[in-house]
Amino acid sequence: MSLSIDDLHVDLGGRPVIEGVSLSIGDGERLGLIGESGSGKSMTLLAVLGLLPDAATVRGSIRLDDRELVGLSDRDHAPLRGAEIGVVFQDPRTSLDPIRTIGSQIAEPLRLHEGIGRREARARAIEAAAEVGLPDPAGIVDRYPHQLSGGQRQRVVIATALIARPRLLLADEPTTALDVSTQAEVLDLFRRLVDERGTSLLFVTHDLAVLRRVVDHAAVLSAGRLVEQGPVRELLTRPAHPVTRGLVAASEATTWRTT
Amino acid sequence: MRRGSWLRAVVGSPTGAFGVGWLALVAVAAVASPFWTPLDPFATDPYAAWAPPSTEHLFGTDSVGRDVFSYVARASTTTALVALASGATALVVGVLLAVLGSLTPRWARDSVAVLIDVLVAFPTILIAMALAAAFGGSLGVVVIAAGTGYGVNIARVSRAEIRRVGREDYVLAARAAGVGALGVVTRHVLPNVAPLFAVQLSLAMATSILAEAGLSFLGYGASAETASWGRLLSDLQKFIGVHPWSIVWPGAAITLTVLAFNLLGDAVRDAGDPRLRPRAATPADRPGVVS
Amino acid sequence: MIRFTAGRLVLFALGLVVASVLIFATLRLLPGDVAQVIAGTTGSPAQVAALRTELGLDRSIVSQYLDWAGGLLRLDLGRSLVTGTPVGDEIADKLAVTLPLAGLSLVIGLLIGVPLGVLAALRRRRPLGTAVSVGAQVLAAVPAVWAGMLLIALVAVTLRWLPTQGFPIDGWSDPAAALRSLVLPAVTIGLVEGAVLLRFTRSAALGALDADYVRAAAAKGMTRDRALVRHGLPNVMLSVVSVLGIQVAGLVVGAVLVEQLFSLPGVGRMLVADVGRRDLTKVQGELMTLTAIVLAVGFVVDVVHRSVDPRSRERGE
Repeated sequence: MSLSIDDLHVDLGGRPVIEGVSLSIGDGERLGLIGESGSGKSMTLLAVLGLLPDAATVRGSIRLDDRELVGLSDRDHAPLRGAEIGVVFQDPRTSLDPIRTIGSQIAEPLRLHEGIGRREARARAIEAAAEVGLPDPAGIVDRYPHQLSGGQRQRVVIATALIARPRLLLADEPTTALDVSTQAEVLDLFRRLVDERGTSLLFVTHDLAVLRRVVDHAAVLSAGRLVEQGPVRELLTRPAHPVTRGLVAASEATTWRTT
Repeated sequence: MRRGSWLRAVVGSPTGAFGVGWLALVAVAAVASPFWTPLDPFATDPYAAWAPPSTEHLFGTDSVGRDVFSYVARASTTTALVALASGATALVVGVLLAVLGSLTPRWARDSVAVLIDVLVAFPTILIAMALAAAFGGSLGVVVIAAGTGYGVNIARVSRAEIRRVGREDYVLAARAAGVGALGVVTRHVLPNVAPLFAVQLSLAMATSILAEAGLSFLGYGASAETASWGRLLSDLQKFIGVHPWSIVWPGAAITLTVLAFNLLGDAVRDAGDPRLRPRAATPADRPGVVS
Repeated sequence: MIRFTAGRLVLFALGLVVASVLIFATLRLLPGDVAQVIAGTTGSPAQVAALRTELGLDRSIVSQYLDWAGGLLRLDLGRSLVTGTPVGDEIADKLAVTLPLAGLSLVIGLLIGVPLGVLAALRRRRPLGTAVSVGAQVLAAVPAVWAGMLLIALVAVTLRWLPTQGFPIDGWSDPAAALRSLVLPAVTIGLVEGAVLLRFTRSAALGALDADYVRAAAAKGMTRDRALVRHGLPNVMLSVVSVLGIQVAGLVVGAVLVEQLFSLPGVGRMLVADVGRRDLTKVQGELMTLTAIVLAVGFVVDVVHRSVDPRSRERGE
């Protein structure tokens, strides 16, 4: 599944948050999107999903394979979510419905897109829970989010994002809200799952150290504009733009190193 | 937020403007009507009963020939006095209970917390009935009942806010510097909780007007010699079969005034501290007691 | 859960005690000689003395209170000072009108407030949402008695469908007729309560709209509106349940006013009359009953809310 974003402009309440961003991801490719907070990285993901705030206006083009996403009504956009595009959001404490079981939430994309029955949904949910390394999958599907740790909840979110086998996965700072040791585990899980399935990946973060663990190519955003793009190795060793240089300096302050 | 821009924000919004505008009108009527009304509000004229609206009687006349417009205008003074007195009572009761329940040693805090939780459940009208049974009905009863009823609610709402402010660094710094408890309260805590109180004051006054209307209707509020919107409703009620639409004027007056206070409260809240904007509702959130 | 229920039960009992003390104390605060005031100017010294003994005024105020409180525990609310009939019986009789009225009002309030509140949130940038929201604001400002009178004027006088006053003499023996007498009063209270519920539901639903888990649900493949209804709404409903306890206080207020307006033989109207007659024993009983009902409903709602919310279950259950 290829994603190509062309000259995207997003305004929120009269203020521009994305100004003329263009990038593309080929089938099975992985791209990182990095920048400080407020640079517009999360907004880019939301634009692809069609989940920008009501007050936002969008201009430009976002193409998923041949389909144009800009200008789609919510009703037309919704079937693509979950089935073609999966997403892992940042905060596992708030992205799960507190009053529904884990199993029902993991299986929800299947029930929406494949219309399967409750028993099969439960079985697939247990499978998915096992795939992401959750302990006691058969038991955990009947528990509630508040009974799981942050790392476990994020694994649930990942399982949910991938269960309907989307060919494009979006990730918005999926490990930022986790503690450092869990971060490494979850990132490795990410990389493994995406490798195994050949899913295209757009991975957003503000931390270069996190980025290099998951992707090989990245684009740098600053104040809504794309300022630099290239292999992660190049960005780290020969950063051209001052913003990139700042990010490199910040990442070197991180205590753990990738092997 | 600086006071000037804050005020401008309140008056700038359409709802805030309506609230301020209508209340200003009521205030003018309240101050002026004891001295002048088009006709004597209490003068009866049986031959002119039930006259329809005209240039002489803008709102027509009632069952005993009183000029409804003059009566309604004169009653605004009663409403204003009740609202102000109730609001003041509510603030005093609320602040007292809130401070007692947050800046005191643990045993006192817990007792007050329990007391507040219990008192909040008491409907204002039952407080009023109890007082009326003891002292006879009067506007004083209305003020005390509405004031304590809403005061307890203010205490509940502001207790959490006071605790939070009390833990802020600048307060801890003040206490470390040796500022006494009272100083901390007056100089640091209260000014920061003030926007919350402003909103609550508005709502307290709105509630008290509804309480006065209801209690005067029952005969336990304003006396017969005092002009009151609630009493007028009660007087007109007997004739609803024959003159159903006479009740429009006092009812609209009450509704518009209460609405103005509510909208003003909303506008103040929106213009002031962004923390006061509606959060996602949690099971712990409850709205204020409605009379 | 057991611990929570026990804790709330203690709070409930405490509430009853505090209420009884406050009610008793307030009524005994009568300026001047209680018995004299009640007997009025027409009472002979013998009547005043008899009243004295009846009220137990020759004893200390604490023992007077304990007497009454003791009676409460046995469900004996004493006798009317005016008619001598047992207070408990009278109240039980009138509850047959007040309780159904309150229940019906609550149902109407929920039916109006909750769906419209959700609608106002879903359509918040369109004219419909704004209109509903403004309408609720206005309705919440309407005094209950005026709303009742307008309804009477509109329906019963101009359109003539429903009775405007009173309740069938035979009570509930003809349920249809009894219900018809309660419709207008219940709608009156329900409209005002519904407006309050609408504003609360709208704000809760708006909060849910912004919630991460609603957006995450939409990201699984449904439209945002559907995500709000499927995931936001149940959470909103849970909030509404938590608020119902407080709403009951509003229902009691409404009942007292509305029973007077529509001449319904309920506890509220009886209370109003008894206050005028200074029948202290009855007033005590009526106030205590109404307060106990409010506290009891609050207790039940708290427990139900807690048992339904999965977050209150122990880990690993």
